[in-house]
Amino acid sequence: MTSMTPGSVVFKNVRKNFGSFTAIHDLSLTIEPGTLVTLLGPSGCGKTTTLRMLAGLEHPTSGRIFIGGKDVTMLPAHERDVSMVFQSYALFPHMNALENVAYGLESSGFSKREAKERAEDGLEQVGLANMGHRLPAELSGGQQQRVAVARALVLEPQVLLLDEPLSNLDARLRRKVRTEIRELQQRLGFTAVYVTHDQDEALAVSDRIVVMKDGEIAQAGTPQCLYDEPVSAFIADFMGEANVVACNVIEHVGDQAVIDVGGLEHRLPSRQSKVGQAKLAVRPGSVVLDPDANSGLGGEILTSAYLGDHVEYEVETPVGNFFVIDHTVERSLSPKTAVSLGFRNRGLALIEG
Amino acid sequence: MQRGNKRLDYLLIMGLLSFLALPWYRVEGGFFAFEWLSGFLSSSDLVPGILQIFAEGRGWLALALALFLLGAGGRLIDDPDKRGKLLVVAGSLGILYMTFQGLAISFNGWAWTIMDTSFGSLQMGQPAMGAGAILLSLVFVLFIAFGFAERGVMKGDAFVVGSISVLVFLVTVFIFYPIGSMFVGSVQDFDGSFKPDGFIENMQDPSIWSLNCVVGAGRCGVAWRTLFLALLSGAGSTLLGLAFALVATRTNFPFKKGLRLLTVLPIITPPFVIGLALTLLFGRAGVVTEGLHFLFGIEPSRWLYGLTGIWIAQVLSFTPIAFLVLIGVVEGVSPSMEEASQTLRADRWRTFWKVSLPLMKPGLANAFLIGFIESMADFGNPLVLGGSHGVLSTEIFFAVVGSQVDPSRAAVLAIVLLSFTLTAFLAQRLWLSGKNFATVTGKGDSGAHAGLPKSLSISVYGIVVPWMMFTVIVYGMIIFGGFVKTWGLDHSLTLEHYARAFSVSFENGALAWTGVAWNSFWTTMEIALISAPLTAAVGLLTAYIIVRQKFAGKSAFEFALMMSFAIPGTVIGISYIMAFNLPPIEMTGSALILVACFVFRNMPVGVRGGIAAMSQIDKSLDEASLTLKANSARTLRKVILPLLRPAITAALVYSFVRAITSISAVIFLVSAEYNMATSYIVGLVENGEYGIAIAYSSMLIVVMITVITCFQLLVGDRRLRRENRCPASPRHVNFV
Repeated sequence: MTSMTPGSVVFKNVRKNFGSFTAIHDLSLTIEPGTLVTLLGPSGCGKTTTLRMLAGLEHPTSGRIFIGGKDVTMLPAHERDVSMVFQSYALFPHMNALENVAYGLESSGFSKREAKERAEDGLEQVGLANMGHRLPAELSGGQQQRVAVARALVLEPQVLLLDEPLSNLDARLRRKVRTEIRELQQRLGFTAVYVTHDQDEALAVSDRIVVMKDGEIAQAGTPQCLYDEPVSAFIADFMGEANVVACNVIEHVGDQAVIDVGGLEHRLPSRQSKVGQAKLAVRPGSVVLDPDANSGLGGEILTSAYLGDHVEYEVETPVGNFFVIDHTVERSLSPKTAVSLGFRNRGLALIEG
Repeated sequence: MQRGNKRLDYLLIMGLLSFLALPWYRVEGGFFAFEWLSGFLSSSDLVPGILQIFAEGRGWLALALALFLLGAGGRLIDDPDKRGKLLVVAGSLGILYMTFQGLAISFNGWAWTIMDTSFGSLQMGQPAMGAGAILLSLVFVLFIAFGFAERGVMKGDAFVVGSISVLVFLVTVFIFYPIGSMFVGSVQDFDGSFKPDGFIENMQDPSIWSLNCVVGAGRCGVAWRTLFLALLSGAGSTLLGLAFALVATRTNFPFKKGLRLLTVLPIITPPFVIGLALTLLFGRAGVVTEGLHFLFGIEPSRWLYGLTGIWIAQVLSFTPIAFLVLIGVVEGVSPSMEEASQTLRADRWRTFWKVSLPLMKPGLANAFLIGFIESMADFGNPLVLGGSHGVLSTEIFFAVVGSQVDPSRAAVLAIVLLSFTLTAFLAQRLWLSGKNFATVTGKGDSGAHAGLPKSLSISVYGIVVPWMMFTVIVYGMIIFGGFVKTWGLDHSLTLEHYARAFSVSFENGALAWTGVAWNSFWTTMEIALISAPLTAAVGLLTAYIIVRQKFAGKSAFEFALMMSFAIPGTVIGISYIMAFNLPPIEMTGSALILVACFVFRNMPVGVRGGIAAMSQIDKSLDEASLTLKANSARTLRKVILPLLRPAITAALVYSFVRAITSISAVIFLVSAEYNMATSYIVGLVENGEYGIAIAYSSMLIVVMITVITCFQLLVGDRRLRRENRCPASPRHVNFV
């Protein structure tokens, strides 16, 4: 398990129907070899179906799927060079940890002895070297999860699939394990497709994130790109919180747009915006509150909550309510205070209507 | 498509063998005697298909060869889509043609007059299909399966598509074809012409449908009586089975081993034996009846002969079946569910009612369904205890073998019986739908089962202990009865019955089986041991396909299979006789027909058990195995089967035991050469030789216990949870 040949993944116009229900509409997606790509989205968005089609557990209604350049659309699961970590781990309860890890190796035709050696290696990689004789029922949740990862990794697949691998772990362990998975992926250099509904997890582990909604890709890009340049209110709100308000694009200056938000003028990257009515997404931390000035966008504090390292406000303005995170904790504003709002340079984006 | 080539090559070799190396037609002396080898290329009955075409002049077989070669041509095509299409077409045409020529051409040319008029008469006919023809039919079926697999059906899984196709083929041949033949026979006159008069007349018979016991004076029709009996028997055996299962798994009952032994005893007893034992106890000359008469002056009556007696006998017979079903269910309830409930401030009583019992509901429904249908189909007990108050199954029997032979009346009664059992089956399905409690998950499960609430455990003991004692007494009667000279007249003890049945002697240095029972005994063992593993394999494979695979027509497939469970043995027996007595498939008088009958009659029980056990195994385990490079055959072998061990044991035990104890279908199918123990015993009873009959029955029971123990040791137990976590929790106790 020292080196792997990472494979690329390509979905070409893939559609999947379950009866009359269309789970995936028309998915086209390319995943570069050696990258970790997250499929992110609310439940029912089609991310797990996408992963299962890649594994061969579902077959697309139409379209093609390629792994490492090879058309695998009609191949059954056991003939694809991928392996998968299940949400429930799906460890075989009648086999001990070592037998679980060796199972896939024996299926792929390794001799019993070699399978055992490689399985022991695999368990060592995930830090369970002396746990091989234990049944799944005798392992903790975190250990079971690591056995599941080892079982998938020892096959040295072109692509590793992870279906919400952390959802059965507690929060502290989750952070640790996700770091471990990322570290393992970078060290061994395999391609990984990771399904989750937790955007923190996605931001932390991914090279690229594909956000899905209602069976379609809502936006794909690097974590930073998705966070800083959301294309829609859905993405802006799903990738960290955002205030979405109406604004008016006055003019374009170079690649900058000049906008007017309730009387406040601001400059930001124009992206594909047109002059006229538009929507603006503002991160809570990018709003500046000034209790003294009367210029710009005026508002009134509705609620305020002191949280140690920052204060959270809800501010009422003519263009709508803003959720604001203010790090100047030494100055806590009480409700009913009149303020004027300004924007920082980062954390704002013009989005599609 | 490398993998497609390899399996296709095997199939083509099979196809060639069917034409070149096997006798095409049925071998008179039996295929497995291998006497055909001597006359294989010379005798015109024994030559292979290729010579039948070119040397014997049976030219119509050339078309079958042509269709086979058409499919074989697919080997040269590389495009999986086109190859698949060709295989499906060749296979479908092939199997259709095989069926057509089999049905249309009989011993003396065309079987149907319409063919004579349109094609001219045929110079020669053909005997029934033999090894070659049957193998070729199978090859055609697999052509279809592989063709579909190449085209990506069932995710391209040839094993699954092949299994489905072969199962459908077998079920069609061994269930639908005979039943169809019987229904065709019901509206035919003796000479084969269409005559529905008897059918219509019987359908309106008041002796079937009368409701006089409710609204007027007199007795209800046989249909209502059977229904009433089946409801009571199903409920009674389920309740008792649950009580036994709870005592066995959730209490500290000191005699658990004995309990399991006792509950197993009735299942391994030919049903009419319990009827006999009850007669010895409660009949007019029975011990209890005479004792009551002597002590209290209560007049002996015939209360036992009728529904009451049948009900008691049936509950005695079916409780162990319910117990076998429910013990898996009770053990399968995840302990963490019960522990969760207890931490949610529910006491033991609430935990049982609100958590454990609802989780067992599908299993309970299953047990009830089995009890209900068993009761409907039961033949042995009503035969002994029914007297003049018959039920549907015995009425069918008497309609065929009685003084007035009336096949259409038998068919009508069979339809009535079938609609009851199918209704029960449907109701059960609707109630159970969407209630899948996966309790063996991919996450390890640990913890201990909760104990029973006090009041419940007392009442459970109150049911189980007396019933155990009653069972002991009934069995005591069976054993004792074998040693008594003449029941009711001469109660002196003797070994004479055993000696006559099972004596052996040395003659000329060789062992001679001189007892009268040996012949049927060895036949029974042979057939039961052949059919038990076949039944379990077919049943569990079917269960796997039903639970784990999705395909078009799956519910129809499942329904068809389960329907065969609802067909009473009496009907199966008659229909097999009617269907397999003539070409294209001729099996009567052979051991094969008995094996086929047992496999397809008992398979649904294996299927049910398998389904119940398999729906408790999380589907992600299969998927994990598939993504770990195991194909579905390996997944089945390495992951599913080990987790299904209890179900395998149950299926093996049940099918073995049923093969030995069943009587209803067997009584029609036995021959002089292949006589089964049960039909031999019934013959003894008819001749009034109760002593030997009972001695023989006790011997069967002993043998079955021995064999079941061996099965249990061979298959073993599954180990999933930590053992001995809690000293109060019962360990896995092996079923005897």
